[in-house]
Amino acid sequence: MNEVQLSTTPVLQRPRHLLGIEPLTAEQITFILDQAKPFQEFQRHPLKKLATLRGKTVALAFFEPSTRTRISFATAAARLGADTMNLQAESSSLKKGESLIDTVWTLEAMRPDGIVIRHAASGVPEFIARRLEIPVLNAGDGTHEHPTQALLDALTIRDRKGRLEGLNVTILGDILHSRVARSNIHLLSRFGARLTLCGPAMWIPKELGCLAPNIRRVSRIEEAVEDADVVMVLRVQSERINEPPISMDDYILRYQLTPERLRLARPDAIVLHPGPIIRGLEIDPAVADGPQSCILEQVTNGLAVRMALLFHLVSGAPPDAPHPAKEASA
Amino acid sequence: MILITGGRVLDPASGTDAISDVLIDGGHIARIAAGISAPDAEIINAAGSIVAPGFIDLHCHLREPGQEISETIETGTRAAVAGGFTAVCCMPNTQPVNDNAAVTRSIVDRAATAAHARVWPIGAASVGSKGEALAEIAGMQDAGIVAVSDDGRPIATAKLMRQVMEYCGSLGLPVIDHCEDTSLAAGGVMREGPRSIRLGLKGIPAASESICVGRDVEVAALTGARLHIAHLSTRASLDYVRAAKAKGLAVTCEVTPHHFTLIDEDIVYDTAYKMNPPLASGDDRDALLDGLADGTVDAIATDHAPHHPASKDVEFDRAAFGITGFETAIALALSELVHTKRISLMRLVELFTTGPANVLGIGKNGIERKLSPNAPADITIFSPDHKWTFRASDSASRSRNTPFDNREFRGAPMATIVAGRIVYRRPAAAATV
Repeated sequence: MNEVQLSTTPVLQRPRHLLGIEPLTAEQITFILDQAKPFQEFQRHPLKKLATLRGKTVALAFFEPSTRTRISFATAAARLGADTMNLQAESSSLKKGESLIDTVWTLEAMRPDGIVIRHAASGVPEFIARRLEIPVLNAGDGTHEHPTQALLDALTIRDRKGRLEGLNVTILGDILHSRVARSNIHLLSRFGARLTLCGPAMWIPKELGCLAPNIRRVSRIEEAVEDADVVMVLRVQSERINEPPISMDDYILRYQLTPERLRLARPDAIVLHPGPIIRGLEIDPAVADGPQSCILEQVTNGLAVRMALLFHLVSGAPPDAPHPAKEASA
Repeated sequence: MILITGGRVLDPASGTDAISDVLIDGGHIARIAAGISAPDAEIINAAGSIVAPGFIDLHCHLREPGQEISETIETGTRAAVAGGFTAVCCMPNTQPVNDNAAVTRSIVDRAATAAHARVWPIGAASVGSKGEALAEIAGMQDAGIVAVSDDGRPIATAKLMRQVMEYCGSLGLPVIDHCEDTSLAAGGVMREGPRSIRLGLKGIPAASESICVGRDVEVAALTGARLHIAHLSTRASLDYVRAAKAKGLAVTCEVTPHHFTLIDEDIVYDTAYKMNPPLASGDDRDALLDGLADGTVDAIATDHAPHHPASKDVEFDRAAFGITGFETAIALALSELVHTKRISLMRLVELFTTGPANVLGIGKNGIERKLSPNAPADITIFSPDHKWTFRASDSASRSRNTPFDNREFRGAPMATIVAGRIVYRRPAAAATV
């Protein structure tokens, strides 16, 4: 058997930025997940503060409103000992008509050591990475990618299933407009997952099949959920610019993940949701709160993944540097 | 007097293809023959180059009046002649819109003093290009427009299209339409397809163009008037044009160099790849190449659309549509069409001369394109083989928005003559070798 030796990391190319999952190899993804493991344990420490990034500053540039991802990154940075600078859409000079590039130059002039970007337009993290010297972490760009969400989902799946390889993963909802779905499709297909995309036909266009091999598009939820190891439920946005809204009653009728529908999946199937959930719309509360739901675990894992990424991208430590969380508990 | 020596004279109007000298006296061609002797004449050595009638660009944006931060008639036409064009048709989406005789006259007057090439304005079809009332079309015609269009947007409704076409048919003006179903295209920034899905950029389906082409062809049949499809970019659109021509309708079309060179899979998060219509699929590009070769496409037009960095150095979603095009047009046509053996040099010249002249109507407004004694001395000299690198920073245009920056080319414009005046000569290559 040809076992990949992941502990011998010198061959691992550490990317300078995290712009998306698409540019990453399976080895790089596994490395990040492995590095997140000790940080998972660390969240249970009574004293959740490391000195690893002491003296470093992370800019949190959230050009689009966000609560959970922003708080998660801010907490991850704080627990590594970094300071943060906050830019929020609601209060920023963007409201006054400043261009993206001017806002970015202004942030850079305050000399952060890394920048976390959330933006409503696809491609903005790359736009910024091309112009700045510091590492750029994508916290969600338009309908393009949300790489940290896919990584925390992968960590959750790996914990529960013991592996990422060869799983049946079903993604439900508005795949067309979902950056979470795109990042998850890129990530899980690296590990040979069989992906089933399910939703109203206009949300699962055939071109999605070009993103990766082994993608199936299904319009009936019962068929989509059958034999699934993982069911990922996406949030449904009722209003979109330039597009006629669909009937939410129809959506509930045909696509809500109910306990009956979930029973068609494997008995040990797990349910993920990137949040925020809307109870009674895309997911039945009995499923959201049920034993198969990993929704809150995902939130905790988000901290661990983001700490691992900030540690490796912002500290400048070599890939085989001693792990700060292990050092702390030693 | 100017004597062009030793060039290969290619003239689609007469079918001439011969090594000849061309003597220009005043604003006109005096003689075309081998071994002309004219001791007092300024000599242009065209050995190894093609000597052709002056190239016409049916579609450009000179941004004056109103958007001089991006381009002016002076800088735009300087770039045009550096690209080998002797005449350019400028679209009416200026500020104010060229929808009345006063704006047309201001453009014509400005061109008379500042332009390096002939400037043939295109007037708006509707007031403010808003798609409601018909513009002052006859008044603009007297002031110098050569066609009408609401370019930047389609002529809004079939009803308006019918009125514009009937009216323009009686005036002898072609109607140029930017074909796009704006409800299907709304919010889109690139062609819908696997690449738009991957990049997470909102797609514009190919059908948004062909739906409108189909509508326009129907209206052309209804009215019998002349219809020209601007920057046609899809196979389905081309099929409509081919079928219309087969029925004998007066329907023509143009294709831009970027649409026959690049496809949607080339797009990265760089707004130099954002234009409307967007870069099409590989299959659509193949159809355009066929159409350029088989005669379905009448003209190559640049859709030169300069934009200031303030509207391009921004998020892809927010960036303005359009790229500059004058200075790379001939080189792209040579690279993609001639060097690849898809078309002959004669056909290339036709696509830049008699093709566009026919769209506008040969013979009017000094539009005829031919190389013969007494014809106006509008001449384009280009080399099919000259190797060079295009650098946007060296462009004569006021704007730099091009995906072809630093592209290496084989083939280049060498000299441009308008009304017997040399308005451009390629600088001698830097003495590095």
